[in-house]
Amino acid sequence: MTSESKHIAIAVNDLSIGYFRRKKALAVAKPINFNIESGNLIALVGANGIGKSTLLRTLSGMQAKLKGSIKICGKELSGYSSLERATQLSVVLTEAPASGNLTVRELVSLGRQPYTGSFGFLSEKDKEMIDNALSTTETTSLEHRKCYELSDGQMQRVVIARALAQDTPLIFLDEPTTHLDLYHRAYILKLLKRLTSENGKTVLFSTHEIDLGIQLADVMLVMDDLGIHQGSPQQLIEDGKFNNLFPEDTIEFEASNGRFTIKN
Amino acid sequence: METRRSYKLWFIVLILVLLIFFLLNISLGSVRIPFADVISSLTAQGASKSTWEYIIIEYRLPKALTAILAGSGLAVSGLLMQTLFRNPLAGPFVLGLSSGASLGVALLILGAGAFGGFMGSLLLSQWSLVIASALGSFLVLLAVLAVTLHVKDSMAILIIGLMFGSVTAAVVAVLSYFSTAEKLQQYIFWSFGSLGDQSWPGIIILALCCVLGVLIAFFSCKSLNALLLGENYAKSMGLRIKRTTLFIILATSILAGGITAFAGPIAFVGLAVPHLTRQLFTTSNHFVLLPAVLLTGAILMLICDTVAQLPFNEATLPINAITSLIGAPVVIWLLVRKRKLLF
Repeated sequence: MTSESKHIAIAVNDLSIGYFRRKKALAVAKPINFNIESGNLIALVGANGIGKSTLLRTLSGMQAKLKGSIKICGKELSGYSSLERATQLSVVLTEAPASGNLTVRELVSLGRQPYTGSFGFLSEKDKEMIDNALSTTETTSLEHRKCYELSDGQMQRVVIARALAQDTPLIFLDEPTTHLDLYHRAYILKLLKRLTSENGKTVLFSTHEIDLGIQLADVMLVMDDLGIHQGSPQQLIEDGKFNNLFPEDTIEFEASNGRFTIKN
Repeated sequence: METRRSYKLWFIVLILVLLIFFLLNISLGSVRIPFADVISSLTAQGASKSTWEYIIIEYRLPKALTAILAGSGLAVSGLLMQTLFRNPLAGPFVLGLSSGASLGVALLILGAGAFGGFMGSLLLSQWSLVIASALGSFLVLLAVLAVTLHVKDSMAILIIGLMFGSVTAAVVAVLSYFSTAEKLQQYIFWSFGSLGDQSWPGIIILALCCVLGVLIAFFSCKSLNALLLGENYAKSMGLRIKRTTLFIILATSILAGGITAFAGPIAFVGLAVPHLTRQLFTTSNHFVLLPAVLLTGAILMLICDTVAQLPFNEATLPINAITSLIGAPVVIWLLVRKRKLLF
């Protein structure tokens, strides 16, 4: 297990992210470099519009990179077929699932799609994975409910269960705690933490809850105008990487307790 | 497991209801024919009057079969479009296929005036209408497929389909302005839709279109289920979006294009039937919905046709008007009852 956990799950080298407009590349951030070992909980933080979502979309293969390299589990991301990629990484997006008419169990079962045949029949193993995903996220009691009946907090657990059912070593989540109250934010982050420590997943999530991230994450990626800074929360605080995250005349970071305060 | 049993029950009920309405549809018409003679004609034992047998076999049976094919096909294409665009108001004609067909037929009928009387009447056999309408849909299909390959957003395809509809309406308006009343009437009669007067070769071609379209739809069911979560989630689960979109659009075009070619534009069946079916089966799983929608579509179309032919009366109402008259209140009723159209 020790040699396993030393695996580099994500290796990003000189990555440029952004958009193609009229065949011209428009980068939204400076070239990005970082390496992440598997089994870590990684919080990606940064101000609005700095490129967190673009980075996550690029890392999950939904958006083309401009240049550079992304290695997932030792292999270049673009080298995976779409089906292979679906067995390596699963995502939790900010958008709600389009259909509210699915039951919780039906939605979670869709996570098994990369493994089922042309007609989507679920094997015993598939059913077991679905049951496990439901029980890990404590959504078993909801399994026959329709998605449109769920609260935001329940829905978030269900979409995480779907990603778990997809049985991938990596899970990427885009702002999984927005719209949630403090209890549910903490609940979701602790659930993510459990997925790394008990299920051995590598979990990368973007968030605006920097103080919660500092408390729970193993590694943090801080995006600012200068690029991306990687380190443990403690190390990043010592290096003062949070101080310039927001305009200093409005918000101040207090290194002593790891919190942001509004300046009067 | 209980849900699975109730699905089975509903399927049995639907098959029985379909059978009942099929027989009812064939038994009723402008001429009164005793039920025993209807059955004996259908089972090839001959009716007590040869005219009765002729009416049943050459007129009512083809019409009922066309109704079943058109109803099922339109309902399936409606289901496909609602899932592809994740829009409960999408129907088989959002891609502009019926507009294309209308344009083809309008050019044929209204434009035929330009060729003078003799040429005009030569152009207007029944098959030429079918060909014009199929050509129209096919050209729109090619345009839509070209667009599909270039745009990422499926909503763009939806809007482009609507634009095709506007352009067609405008061209038809211009053509009608320069047409004689007689030609205009002919075009309007086509736009009423008609399930009757189909030849057996026509029905076989229509059936082939429907079987092909439904087969493609059936093999797309797994992808359709993934699309229920939205395109990005579907992609993250290994779905190849463009290929899937292409297949779904192809199936819809074959179904809706073929049906419009033979029976004219028929509104609301494609929109209303998937919603009705979701009420009965309370699921979004396409492996259940697809066969269910096939049955419900056929039943609804047979009911509409039975109403349209005004039993024991010489007159026949336009089928397109009847489907709208029945379909629109159904959609309103669903909205009021559920407050929300889910898909």
